[in-house]
Amino acid sequence: MLKTIVEINERIQKGEAVVVTAEEVIDIAEKNGITRATQEIDVVTTATFGPMCSSGAYFNIGQAKPRIKFGGSTIYLNDVPAYAGWAAADLYLGATAIPDHDPRNKVYPGEFIYGGGHVIEDLLEGKDVRLVASAYGTDCYPKRKLETWVNLDDFNQAVLFNVRNASQNYNVAVNSSNRIIYTYMGMLKPNLGNATYSSAGQLSPLLNDPYYKTIGIGTRIFLGGGIGYVTWQGTQHNPDVLRSEDGVPRGCGGTLAVIGDLKQMSSRWLRGTSFLGYGCNMMVGIGIPIPILSEEMLRYTMVKDADIVAPVVDYSDAYPQRKSDILGEVSYAELKSGKIVLREKEVPTASLSSYYKAVEIAHTLKRWIQKGEFLLTEPVAPLPGIESGIILKPLEERPAGVSIAKNGSIYRRRE
Amino acid sequence: MAISIKVVLHFPRHLMNQPIIYHLARHYDVEFNILKASITPQEEGVLVMELKGEQKDYEGGIKYLTDSGVEVHPLSRNVARDEDKCTHCGVCVAVCPVGALILDPATRRVDFCESKCIACELCIKACPPRAMKVCL
Repeated sequence: MLKTIVEINERIQKGEAVVVTAEEVIDIAEKNGITRATQEIDVVTTATFGPMCSSGAYFNIGQAKPRIKFGGSTIYLNDVPAYAGWAAADLYLGATAIPDHDPRNKVYPGEFIYGGGHVIEDLLEGKDVRLVASAYGTDCYPKRKLETWVNLDDFNQAVLFNVRNASQNYNVAVNSSNRIIYTYMGMLKPNLGNATYSSAGQLSPLLNDPYYKTIGIGTRIFLGGGIGYVTWQGTQHNPDVLRSEDGVPRGCGGTLAVIGDLKQMSSRWLRGTSFLGYGCNMMVGIGIPIPILSEEMLRYTMVKDADIVAPVVDYSDAYPQRKSDILGEVSYAELKSGKIVLREKEVPTASLSSYYKAVEIAHTLKRWIQKGEFLLTEPVAPLPGIESGIILKPLEERPAGVSIAKNGSIYRRRE
Repeated sequence: MAISIKVVLHFPRHLMNQPIIYHLARHYDVEFNILKASITPQEEGVLVMELKGEQKDYEGGIKYLTDSGVEVHPLSRNVARDEDKCTHCGVCVAVCPVGALILDPATRRVDFCESKCIACELCIKACPPRAMKVCL
């Protein structure tokens, strides 16, 4: 028996759709059996809420009088540098950007108290932020200096556009060295003193659709408390990842690029974060509905923490040195129990992503669909799958001091 | 006049092998009662203790501690959580040396047990959204 998205949307509009979360579906399908559960359930909601570095927002601000050209200028929001290499009035603020005056890791470990993610959070809270631009002045854009307060309402467009979110699966981080290290996976105590992980596991979107059969370009999603869309495969999208028999990736795997109107979003679901000794970041909340079109789709959404494994990576050596060796694999059920066993040693675990918040998102999206406020979309085009042949390439450096490039072109620096 | 005060002492790493408390007891005639002690992952020491003695001995003892490089705070300084900022991710759970921050396995919420907290302040910088704050 096959269902279509059109049929499911009709049921949503009539208020008749049966929607359950990716957590709830596990018990229902085990109790009622796959055939019956597939007939009964229309949509399974998945979610994740965690630090996602490749996030940020672009903005358009109305023209000053006289006009100023941001393109080629330097521009700051609350001292955090934004990218201005666009037209006269557009800018992009990345979540990991930090003020020029931040001491970084000069006093180790640096605190990284305020960055791009925090500016976005402040804007969402309705706060004024200070926009400072220094331009070079042209005949058509004569103004050279702009200093003004702006808030979210002042922008013509404010759009969250994240190029890599919702990683399908992720590493478990440990530290085998004899000193404490500070990483994007948090503080790692020496001698395998703790292990950190960052995935919603059984609730995570791409773990419930391992082969990208329903989540594709154009998929409507919950993004930061508002409505957003999948725009493309995320950067580092790697369908070629090692997979379990059921198709579930045993490593990072696929990723999503997502977009949505920042003005609809809330600081409850987009949160600036500081990682000691590492940098600034932003926690992003994402929820994705999976239409139960077939028994196959239902089976994918039945995935549970005990069946999903993640590689344990040493962040004191293997990760920084780009070595492929791992200390082993552990399941999310083990990780969530609070401890795992590595090299015959009990290691306490901690999560960087919030499962509690992910559950809240899955239930929020479920409510939206039940109330008929959120309809499902047919992907405009699929995300690249295994058949695409996409392979994640490491960088093989070609020292730029040599002036002749591979294609024979000669690069000369203008002195 | 005899007084009794509870204090939190932070020992930086380089003082960890110094007999500071021995000197405190021997030279300042203050009675001490250790309430809590722990060594943090940064190999710094945190000691919560009650000091009893004459005002001048107490003050002399505190001056000795401060001069030696020990950070001294009254215990009234405590750590609180900004409930709006906390995302219940659980990073703090592995950092807290006394189990005052615990992940509830059923709800996946992080519970903060203030009575267990020794105000070592380790969670403050470890918390990604900086939800933990010192209250004076």
